[in-house]
Amino acid sequence: MGDDGERVSFQTCPEQYRHWRLRVDGEVATLAMDVAEDGGLRAGYELKLNSYDLGVDIELHDAVQRLRFEHPAVRTVVLTSAKDKVFCAGANIKMLASSPHSWKVNFCKFTNETRNGIEDASEHGGQAYLAALNGPASGGGYELALACDYLMLVDDRSSMVSLPELPLLGVLPGTGGLTRVTDKRHVRKDLADYFSTKSEGVGGARAAAWKLVDEVVPRSKWDEAVAARAAELAAGSARPADATGVKLTPLCKERTDDAISYRYVRAELDHDRRAAAITVRGPDREPPAGPEGIDADFWPLAMTRELDDLILDLRTNETGLGIWTLRTQGDLALVLAYDKLLLEYRENWLVKEVLLYAKRTLKRLDVTSRSLIALIEPGSCFAGLLLELALAADRSFQLDGVFTGTGHVAGPAAITVTGLNTGLLPMGNGLSRLATRFFGDKKALDLVIGQVGTALTARAAAGLGLVTFTPDALDWDEEVRIAIEERASFSPDALTGMEANYRFAGPETMETKIFGRLTAWQNWIFNRPNAVGPDGALRKYGTGQRADFDRNRV
Amino acid sequence: MPTAADYADKIPNNVGLQEDLRLQRALESWQPNFLNWWDSMGPALPARDVYLRTAVNVGREGWAQFGHVAMRDYRWGIFLAERDPGRVIGFGEHKGEPAWTKVPGEYRSELRRLLVVQGDTEPASVEQQRNLGATAPSLYDLRNLFQVNVEEGRHLWAMVYLLHAYFGREGREEADDLLRRNSGSAESPRILGAFNEETPDWLSFFMFTYFTDRDGKYQLGTLKESAFDPLSRTCEFMLKEEAHHMMVGTTGVDRIVERTAALMVEHDTDDAGPYGAIPLFVIQKYLNFHYSVSLDLFGGETSTNVANYYTAGLKGRWMEDRRADDHKLTDDGIWVDALVDGELAQTEVPALTGLNSDLRREYIADCQGGVSRWNKILAQAGLPQRLKLPHVAFNRKVGAFAGIEATPDGALLPAGEWERRQGEWLPTDVDKTHVRSLMRPVRERGKIAAWIAPPRHGINGRPFDFEYVHLA
Ligand SMILES: [Fe+2]
Ligand SMILES: [Fe+2]
Repeated sequence: MGDDGERVSFQTCPEQYRHWRLRVDGEVATLAMDVAEDGGLRAGYELKLNSYDLGVDIELHDAVQRLRFEHPAVRTVVLTSAKDKVFCAGANIKMLASSPHSWKVNFCKFTNETRNGIEDASEHGGQAYLAALNGPASGGGYELALACDYLMLVDDRSSMVSLPELPLLGVLPGTGGLTRVTDKRHVRKDLADYFSTKSEGVGGARAAAWKLVDEVVPRSKWDEAVAARAAELAAGSARPADATGVKLTPLCKERTDDAISYRYVRAELDHDRRAAAITVRGPDREPPAGPEGIDADFWPLAMTRELDDLILDLRTNETGLGIWTLRTQGDLALVLAYDKLLLEYRENWLVKEVLLYAKRTLKRLDVTSRSLIALIEPGSCFAGLLLELALAADRSFQLDGVFTGTGHVAGPAAITVTGLNTGLLPMGNGLSRLATRFFGDKKALDLVIGQVGTALTARAAAGLGLVTFTPDALDWDEEVRIAIEERASFSPDALTGMEANYRFAGPETMETKIFGRLTAWQNWIFNRPNAVGPDGALRKYGTGQRADFDRNRV
Repeated sequence: MPTAADYADKIPNNVGLQEDLRLQRALESWQPNFLNWWDSMGPALPARDVYLRTAVNVGREGWAQFGHVAMRDYRWGIFLAERDPGRVIGFGEHKGEPAWTKVPGEYRSELRRLLVVQGDTEPASVEQQRNLGATAPSLYDLRNLFQVNVEEGRHLWAMVYLLHAYFGREGREEADDLLRRNSGSAESPRILGAFNEETPDWLSFFMFTYFTDRDGKYQLGTLKESAFDPLSRTCEFMLKEEAHHMMVGTTGVDRIVERTAALMVEHDTDDAGPYGAIPLFVIQKYLNFHYSVSLDLFGGETSTNVANYYTAGLKGRWMEDRRADDHKLTDDGIWVDALVDGELAQTEVPALTGLNSDLRREYIADCQGGVSRWNKILAQAGLPQRLKLPHVAFNRKVGAFAGIEATPDGALLPAGEWERRQGEWLPTDVDKTHVRSLMRPVRERGKIAAWIAPPRHGINGRPFDFEYVHLA
């Protein structure tokens, strides 16, 4: 199992769900987990007790997305279980124990992103999430609940919330559990410590008293209480009652071993050079006059969906491609026209959803363990929304001047900063990519902001610190080739670590803590014999034998 | 912009410069800086023209065309030995793969560093020798000095060509820096220590071209093995010229020894100093000095950098293809010099990390050749005295013996005693002053200074009294 198996696809729709049931009833939607035991993405494990694997999470991610775009009227999402005696048992242990390290890491990353997406929906999208824990929620199951705004636990003397990873598996609740218990739910650290070492968990009044859940409700009053809370949560939302949603139609995607292409996004996969060359095309038509004209073909939405899918595809299926080059191609003026529309109508629910989706997708890029190199060439359109790609890159090259020779007609490459770059698309640290880039250098940031709307050619962009290198046409190919080859020669692990550090200058947030501290520790533990060695806890779990630990603290 | 024909004329080359716009532009912007450098740091003695050998191609006739030229107008060419399209890498982990025609991004920094260190020595020696023209013992010697100088200039061009052609913007910056560093400068000295010492007199010059240029020969020899084919071909051609520089050194010392021996016999004395020659013991001291500082140029006995270079295929061993082993060396060992319990000894290390020692040993064996040749001159004069190479531990500042002091025979000395006695083995101020006092220029054709014998042959079949240099 793992990355040697069949290619994983991240595209699905409710009609194809195997593990979830989505029901919409006015302003409340119910998303009920009903994992098919035999529905694992890979062979070798059964998804008992609503335990999940990547496939289950892919459907959850899809549901969360669709609720936002297709159901403007939904203001509360009740996350619950369709199974009788369990809410969710967390990530499937057999799946984890038999997966290669890279699979575990990628799986956890996607799971984290989906949970952050849930929080983004309630914090910014006006869709509150209510965890209706109608049975035990353990490990990843409780972590999923922690992503919700409000947690209700049935009080039946047997339903507990628990984080048993440490005592049972010798690993961490690594998809946000450790972080959210203290930072979001404000559970006291000594109680959190005790809770996370007690495999059977905590239930009833004590769970509420320790702030592990918001409310415990007896079975007899359960349905009624859940409905009441759902209605209360819905009341605070600004989502429109009468708007029509946008149906997220299937992406037109062509996938071969060497290329992935969509309407606006294309990637050439060069396995020899261990690089993927990604090109994002700008709009091919004028923007609509206002938000009424937005549908699934709306360029910012369509492009973002494609880019999002591409990132997920490459991350999961192409671990050998350690370098992504990022190019854009198209009419800069059209990109600016779309930018203007997005800015002007940013309070409109749908425009807001498009911007939030772009934000989440760019964040996905930020936490991607690949070296990102932006190549800004004549004919490109790195402005506003698309400029974020260059700002997300670890390095950028902007051509000074033009390419000469037949077929090259475009004028010098220019980039343009717009109002979208100054705060509407923040990174996980809460700052814009510009503010992160110039962290601690307000003067430099102000100079850049002073250039909003100006087309900046290579020297101007480099002068402002917006690009790294500005070779001219004679040097371009060689400089780029060498940069890629050199990058491809370094240790992938060290690059991942370095990039994850440099990309996030500035303050810590719950998100940066999850992707930084929690993930880094978890990935360390995932590599240690105490977890994954032949006698490690993850391997011994379920065998009836005890793990044999190396007792030395490191 | 000059036409293609102009190009071949202005910068003789066999690298297709006329078709390579990028390279043309790079070299064009570098050339004025080079000429400025030549004017300010090159030979100080004004000369109208010099009878020089110019390479116009790499073929048998083309590599040595003779004629009187003004040095500033010397046609600094760019020549690589002919390409062997079937060449494969001869060592390291890429052994057997086709040689690289481009720089692999993976090794860019290391290769650039190797080029810069080598390239830095070329203009450095010109700077070190810039004042020697004022005291040349004959027009013949003056011409040889200038020949060496222009060829070191051409070697600089060769390295700059590689930097420009294969290393992009960073390469161009490094090429500019090669002209910004200066020998002996306090602000920005040359990279290697030995290239920051002035060459104050002609004995030093000959010793330098014999011993220090020979270090260059061995460094170039290892780079000639490089998997990076353009570097390999460049070095192969440079080695040809380097051999001539060493001949200037070898025959220069020959002629000094010959003159000294003649005076020793004539006056039946050990010390030819009072008779206007350089005493044999002073020659030995200069030899001791130049040999020991040149040994330092090979670096420490062990080096992981050099091991990495070898494994990567960047820098091989001297005569790599004549070595009877696996050319990977991952399982081999080598004995290298070491201090063991305070004694001069050897220790075994992995062969890869001991490559500096391997190269230094090849060099030492080669150096012995000149010494034997000079001793033959002494023997033919009927003298019992002999010159000899000092022990490897003598006067070392780099490597295993850097922290100790030893006599030329390899006997350890306490620091205090070294301080007191080093004048017995290294040139003292008195020695240097004496040598300098002999350095009076002789600029009449066919004449030569009294401290050196005339050469056996002139240049390119010309007689000794040919007007090799027209002074300004
Ligand atoms: Fe040279
Ligand atoms: Fe030389």
